Amino acid sequence: MASNGIKDRVAIVGMSCTPFGEHWDKGPEDLLVDAATEAYRSAGIDPEQVDAYWLGTMASGYSGLMLSEALKIPYKPVTRLENMCATGSEAIRNAAYAVASGAYDLVMAIGVEKLKDSGYSGLVGSNPPNDGTLSNMTAPATFSLLAPAYARKYGVEEGTLKQVLARIAWKNHKNGAKNPKAQFRKEVPMETICKSPPVAGMLGVFDCSGVSDGSAAAILCRAEDAHKYSKHPIFVKALSFAAGPAAGYYSQEYDFTTFPEVVASSQDAYKQAGVKDPRAEISMAEVHDCFTPTELVLMEDMGFSPRGKAWKDVLDGRFDGEGPQPINPDGGLKSFGHPIGASGLRMMYEMWLQLRGEAGPRQIKGPKLGLTHNLGGAPGRCVSFVSIVGAG
Amino acid sequence: MAGIVRYGTYLPYFRLQRSAIGGGKGERTVASYDEDSVSMAVEAARDAVRGGVAIDAVLFATTSPAYAEKLDAATIQAALDLPEGVSSVELGGSSRMGLAALLLGLDLATAGQHALACASDLVVGAPGGARESQGGDGAVAFVTGGDGDAIARMLGRASATIEILDVWRLPEERFARQWEERFTADTMAGSIIDTARRALSSAGVEASALATVILDGTNPRSMVGLPKALGLRPEQVADPLAATVGRTGVAHAGLLLARALDQAKPGDRILVVCEADGVDALVLEVTGHIKDMRPVRKVDRWIASKRNDLAYNTYLKWRGILPFEPPRRPDPERPAAPPMRRHERWKLAFVGSRCEKCQTGHLPPQRVCVKCGAVDQMRAERFADTSSRIATYTLDHLAYSLQPPVVAAFVDYEGGGRFPCELTDVDPAQVAIGDHLEMTFRRLFTAQGVHNYFWKARPGR
Repeated sequence: MASNGIKDRVAIVGMSCTPFGEHWDKGPEDLLVDAATEAYRSAGIDPEQVDAYWLGTMASGYSGLMLSEALKIPYKPVTRLENMCATGSEAIRNAAYAVASGAYDLVMAIGVEKLKDSGYSGLVGSNPPNDGTLSNMTAPATFSLLAPAYARKYGVEEGTLKQVLARIAWKNHKNGAKNPKAQFRKEVPMETICKSPPVAGMLGVFDCSGVSDGSAAAILCRAEDAHKYSKHPIFVKALSFAAGPAAGYYSQEYDFTTFPEVVASSQDAYKQAGVKDPRAEISMAEVHDCFTPTELVLMEDMGFSPRGKAWKDVLDGRFDGEGPQPINPDGGLKSFGHPIGASGLRMMYEMWLQLRGEAGPRQIKGPKLGLTHNLGGAPGRCVSFVSIVGAG
Repeated sequence: MAGIVRYGTYLPYFRLQRSAIGGGKGERTVASYDEDSVSMAVEAARDAVRGGVAIDAVLFATTSPAYAEKLDAATIQAALDLPEGVSSVELGGSSRMGLAALLLGLDLATAGQHALACASDLVVGAPGGARESQGGDGAVAFVTGGDGDAIARMLGRASATIEILDVWRLPEERFARQWEERFTADTMAGSIIDTARRALSSAGVEASALATVILDGTNPRSMVGLPKALGLRPEQVADPLAATVGRTGVAHAGLLLARALDQAKPGDRILVVCEADGVDALVLEVTGHIKDMRPVRKVDRWIASKRNDLAYNTYLKWRGILPFEPPRRPDPERPAAPPMRRHERWKLAFVGSRCEKCQTGHLPPQRVCVKCGAVDQMRAERFADTSSRIATYTLDHLAYSLQPPVVAAFVDYEGGGRFPCELTDVDPAQVAIGDHLEMTFRRLFTAQGVHNYFWKARPGR
């Protein structure tokens, strides 16, 4: 049962992240070239040294050719993968396993998404030919279901919960204001967040992550080779993934106050990393704040807060940039938007900066373990990724 | 002999005030943006076939078919989960074809069959015209069979077919036109009286012995002479529901008959006369079975269940008459034929599955049980009439709808099973967790010329 893990067997020796935003002047291939070039430079390597590539993109292109043609990679393995909003993280996970297996010495995980070219509001997906009975609920609608369910279960007044959700958005924007790569680099007052136009249920515009373009990349090798490439590599402690049986869509037992997939993947990750008390041991985390109630529920599913208590931790500032357990120190999806294939790598990029002491005004003091988390799908029917990384 | 075994009706939720159109008293029924003649026929027929009655033939009459080519009756057959062994016939071209479908159903019943005769119309008139204000949307369905178990036996009938330029519309035209009414009234009056008399004579019934007389036609004026000619008392003539419903095209004569049956007692005799491009007349006698076989929803219940604040411009958008700014969201995709065919009982009949091992319900039907993991140990189960309630819901302002915001809910079914479902005919301000819901057959959207039918949930009506 569960996974064996590859704790301390794989290192990240170079990373890159393009600015996220509205890149009207750049296509997905341009973003890939920018991210890959910067990643080679970060690891101090030539492109020829990379043995294999994993490219994550949800819908901005197809096949390994998207990358090999853009970078003119000569006849090497390029795997294109997709796993909903966890796509970027999946690139890291699969690339890490490839070097851990010994099949390759040096690999790149890269992700990209170009969302702004569609001209549509919010995320849009296309379905394979189907019978026309698929739900047309939008992402904010499905995630909005978390808020009233949480309020009811734990006896939180709706007005209080609105403040809790707003504070999550406020906190992430506050962090993002200090990040030169973020799409939105301004603090947003609580009042503006609370009064933003409704999108779904209790959620206003400021409860939702933005829509942007971006790309990010990582160079990975086996741990024993790490110091060949980098003075300050970071090491993979855990990689976990859970795809659910969609039980919440069929079973009346599901109550919309948890993601069982997140519980399973975080528990697995803690076991791999030897983490006993995530509230105490995880120094910081980049989590999937696609909508504010998602981040709230994640705090409990990951064990950062006891059940029914995360809302208090949020109000107490526990997860603030200067708090005891900063969550989304780079600004999160809230400040970066969510170019799907790139987001998981963007999260890892913040771990890379923080663990190496390179996060500038956002720098957290002496972080030991960082966690990244992606969620794809909807409450009741989703996939979840969790990684844990550390400097030593 | 033959008779009506069961029946059902349907009137949509929305009403358009004639004052909102620019004059006139009363209101008309308006099908919602997600309804058409087929979906309304299914809603009416569900009540008529509830509890299971073997059907041999499906007859569908409409002047507002969903498709010019592709059998709407087949969609109705599938939505009702009727066996594929039924025969099917469609009738159109005149608002008399609804009563004609019932007469044909009675003929088939005489030949020993059970027929489901549905009549449904969405009456759209040119903005500002009489047809727009006087028309209505609605549906009716009758099951015909032998007179042993009939709730109303056919005693007699008569017909006339008359070539006349009264109401007409080319296939490619949106709005029907109508000739000046005095001409039609004078021309048709004689045939109406004659046909009614022939029907009564074939039934051996005196006009004075009739409990109810139903008069319906393209032109109310052409009917005015009949009561006097037959010596009817005013109380014998049924309310045409002009003030509350409007004339629902092919469905209207049947709808008025259904309302008479709602209120009838055993032994009552009813004359139905319908005029359009000729005349059909039918004489029925209500039997003692009427007490056991009335539908769940009577016509007056439908009339009372309404929302009457529909704005005229919303109505015009719903009917596609008024263009409007599209949302910044992709157009819906056309459903594909093979998956629609594979999942026909799910999509059209709302048939899910239930695990034989642990009794867990699944919507849509699954091969592997979500609870116990049993593989291929499912039985089909129709959830269309299963009692259900709102587990949780949200108002979706982003999803595209002709009546925003979309009310999206997770619906829990009695006996197990859950499905995320859009609500319709709903006031967003009135929704609450735990509310009871009913499933309703709807046209979700039309993409690239394909109507996408599926089920939504609505608060109980």
